[in-house]
Amino acid sequence: MNALRKLLDKMKPTFSEGGRLSMFRSVFDGFETFLFVPNSTSRSGAHIHDANDSKRIMIMVVIALIPAMLFGMYNVGYQHFLAVGRLAETGFWPVFWYGFLAVLPKLIVSYLVGLGIEFTVAQWKGEEIHEGFLVSGILIPLIVPIECPLWILAVATAFAVVFAKEILGGTGMNVFNVALITRAFLFFAYPTKMSGDQVWIRQDDVLGIGEGQLVDGFTGATPLGQVAASTEPVAQITNAVGEPSSVLDAVVGLIPGSIGETSVIAIALGALLLLVTRVASWKTMLSVFVGGGLTAFLFNVGGMESPVAQLPWYDHLIYGGFAFGAVFMATDPVTSARTETGKWIYGFMVGMMAILIRVLYPGYAEGMMLAILLMNLFAPLIDYCVVQRNVSMREKRAKSVNSKI
Amino acid sequence: MADVIKIKKGLNIRMSGEAAKEFAPSAQSKCMGFDPSDFHGLVPKPALKVGDEVKVGTVLFYDKRIPELKVVSPVSGKLTAVNRGDRRKILDFVVENDFKGEKAAVKPFDGTSAETAKQSLADAGMLVFFKQRPYDVVVNPADAPRAVFVSTFDKAPLAPDMDFILVKELSELQAGIDAVSKIAPVYVGVEKNSALNGRLKNAIVSAFDGPYPASNVGVQINHVAPISKGEIVWTITPQELVMIGRYAMRGVLDFSKVIAYTGVGASTPAYYRVLQGSPVAAITEANVARGGDFRIIAGNPLSGFKTSGSSWLNPYVSQITVLPEGDHADELLGWIMPRFSKFSVAGSFLSGMMPACLRDKIKFDFDTRVLGGERHMIMSGEYDRVFPMDIYPEQLVKSIIAFDIDKMEALGIYEVVPEDFAAAEFVCSSKMELQKIVRDGLDAMRREMC
Repeated sequence: MNALRKLLDKMKPTFSEGGRLSMFRSVFDGFETFLFVPNSTSRSGAHIHDANDSKRIMIMVVIALIPAMLFGMYNVGYQHFLAVGRLAETGFWPVFWYGFLAVLPKLIVSYLVGLGIEFTVAQWKGEEIHEGFLVSGILIPLIVPIECPLWILAVATAFAVVFAKEILGGTGMNVFNVALITRAFLFFAYPTKMSGDQVWIRQDDVLGIGEGQLVDGFTGATPLGQVAASTEPVAQITNAVGEPSSVLDAVVGLIPGSIGETSVIAIALGALLLLVTRVASWKTMLSVFVGGGLTAFLFNVGGMESPVAQLPWYDHLIYGGFAFGAVFMATDPVTSARTETGKWIYGFMVGMMAILIRVLYPGYAEGMMLAILLMNLFAPLIDYCVVQRNVSMREKRAKSVNSKI
Repeated sequence: MADVIKIKKGLNIRMSGEAAKEFAPSAQSKCMGFDPSDFHGLVPKPALKVGDEVKVGTVLFYDKRIPELKVVSPVSGKLTAVNRGDRRKILDFVVENDFKGEKAAVKPFDGTSAETAKQSLADAGMLVFFKQRPYDVVVNPADAPRAVFVSTFDKAPLAPDMDFILVKELSELQAGIDAVSKIAPVYVGVEKNSALNGRLKNAIVSAFDGPYPASNVGVQINHVAPISKGEIVWTITPQELVMIGRYAMRGVLDFSKVIAYTGVGASTPAYYRVLQGSPVAAITEANVARGGDFRIIAGNPLSGFKTSGSSWLNPYVSQITVLPEGDHADELLGWIMPRFSKFSVAGSFLSGMMPACLRDKIKFDFDTRVLGGERHMIMSGEYDRVFPMDIYPEQLVKSIIAFDIDKMEALGIYEVVPEDFAAAEFVCSSKMELQKIVRDGLDAMRREMC
C-alpha cells in the first residue's frame, strides 16, 4: 500500500497542471481516488464528514446488479441451447460460458464508449470524473436483447451519454435515466433490432461454443410478445421450443427477454441490497409494484377483452422489464421524484403507466421503459406540487402575521 | 414543566475527546483581542487610537452604520495594535492586559422600556451578543424584534454540557432573561431532562427531546414560532445571556465565560473559564497533543470555524475542538472496504445499519477529511432525515445555488442560518459545502434586499 502510494505520488507531477501528461489529469485523478480515499480536508463548513460518498453508492448499485447480470449470462446460454435442442446434453458451465462470452462484448462496449466520453468531458471541463456511468454502463447491456449489434449499442450509448447527461451538466443534472435513453434510442432508431421474435435468443455459436441448428417449431418471442400477438382471449405462453412456460420459469428467469431483466429472483437479491443499504428508496420501489399490480388487477376484473388485459396481474409484474425497471430504474434518485411524498406518487404512476401502455398499446410490449421515461419528465412537476404545499403554508403564515402588524 | 416537543429527525454523533466535567486552571492572558469579522455584518470603526488606555467596558470599536453596536474591552490596560490587512481591512484589535481590572463607569441597567433596555445593553457593549434572523447578522436596535430566542443546551458532537455551565449561574441567567424580556418576549428552549427545565420563568419555555440539531435555536424557532417574511427575531447564546444577567443584576461588566476544550487532539479536554476576547492559545497552548497535524476549531466540529492559536476566541462559541487533519491517511479502496470503524448513516456501513440508539453508544474517531469528491446533488432525502424543520432543504439549497430570490423566500430562507445545515452537510454524500452555500446566499440576499 505504501509502495503504491509512493508510486502515485511520484507520478502525480507528470499528470498535474503543467506536467507532461496533464491532458490525462482527470483520468489519473479518477484512478487515484479509486485506489485511495481522497486526503483532501474540508475547507469550509462541517469539519467532519460521513464516510459515505458517491463512489460507494454507485458501487452498491453495481453490486446489486451482479446477480441479474450473472443470471442473464446463464439464461442467454440456456435459451440458446434450448433453441438448438442440446440443453439436455449440456452441463451448467458450457451454458454459462456461452452466455458469458455472448454478453461480455456488450459490457465492454458499453463501458468503453460511456467511460471514454465521461473521461474526455471531465478532462475538458477540468472536473473530477463522475461515477454515474459505472451504473449506467452495466445497466445498458442488461436491458437490450442479446442479438443487438455492438455498433448499434455503441452509437446508442454515445448518444445517451452525450445528449441525456453531459450537455445537461453530468451526473446529478440529467432529466432522464441515461440507460433508458440508450434503450429508447435503440427502440425507436433500430426497431427491427430491438423487437420482434428474432432478437431475444442468440442463434449463432460464440467462438465455436454451442453450434447447432435451430429446432423445428422454434419461436423466439418473449412471453409479453406472445401475449400481445395472441389471437385467443387467454394467451398460451410457450418457451423457445413450443412447450408451455410456467410462472415458475418466469420467477426463476428462464424465459426470453432482455439480458438482465428475466429473473425475478436475481432482481430481488439486488433489491434486497439496495434496500438494506438504503441506496434506493423503498417507497418508490413498493409503489411501482402497487401501482402496476393495481392497474393490472383492474384490467383483469374490468372485463376488457384482450389477452394482455386478461393476463393475471401478478404475471404483469414478473414478465418483461417490470421488476427490473421498478428496482433499478425507477429508483434512480436523480431522475425520480425527490420529495418523500413525491416518491409515492411517482412510483405509483410509473407502475400504472407501464401497465396502461402494455394493455392499450400492445405494439409497445415494453411499457416499463416508456413509463419511466415519461415519469422522469413529470417528476419535477410532482415535486413542485408537493413543495408548493409547504410554500403556500409559509405564504399564508406570512399574510396572517403581516395583517396583524 | 414545559410541554415537550419531540424531535425525531437528526443524528447524534459521538466522538472521542469529550471534555472532563471539571474546570482546568486558567489565568487571564496578557494579550486580549477581537476579530471584527467574527461579528458577521458589523463594519468596524475604531473608537480609540493605538496606545490609548482602556478599562473594562471601554469601547474598542463600533459599527460604522449602527454606532450602538459596540464592542468593549473585557480587561483594563492599553490598546496596543489595530492590525490591518488588504485594502486596510481591520483584522483585529489587540489590548494589553495590565491585570488591574479597572472598570469604566457604567450606568445601571434601565428596563423601563424596550428603548432604554436596548440603550443600556448598547452602552455595556452587549448588543453585539445578539444575532438576527433573517440573514444571521448582528442586530439593529432600531428594529423591534418579534421575539428573542435562546437555546440552553447543545447536542452537537463533543458539545459542552450546558447544564454543568449554567446551573452555577442560574440567577444570573434568570436576570438576563428578565432584562431581555423588556425588549421582546423571550423564548427559551431547554432539554427535556435538563436541570433547568421548570426553573426559568418570565419566558416562554419549551422543552425539547431529540438528537442534534434539536439544540439549534433555529430548529426550536421553527417548532415554536416560525419566522415569516417581514419578521425579525433575535437570538442569543445562554452564556452571553448570563453576562447580561450579571450586568442587570449587579451593574458589573463581567465577560467571563466557560469554554469546553474537546477533541482527540486536545491533551487535557476539560472546561476552562476565560474572558471573552481571550486568545485561543490561552486554552490550546501546551494542551494540544503532540505529534501530528491538528486543526483547531472554534465551536463544534459541525458548525464551528477553523481558527488557530494566534486568533482570538470567537465571541459566540462555548467550545474549542481540536481534530487531526488526517490529510495523510491514505485510506485504500474506500468504495468497497467494509470500514467497520467509520461513522456513517448510510446502510453500506456497519455503523449505518445499526439502530441510532446503539450507534449513539459508540465513540468514533474523526479527522477533517471530506472522505469523497464533491459532486452535484445525487441522492435524495439525505438532508431531510437530519433536518427537523418544516422546510425542504434540498429545494432551498438548489434555489440558493440558482440565486432565485423569489424561490428562496418561498422556501423559507428567512428562517435558516448556515448552522442549521451542518448536519445535512455532514451526511451529504455529494460532499456539497452547504453551510458556505447558505452563508453566501444569505449575504447576497441581504445585499439585494437591504
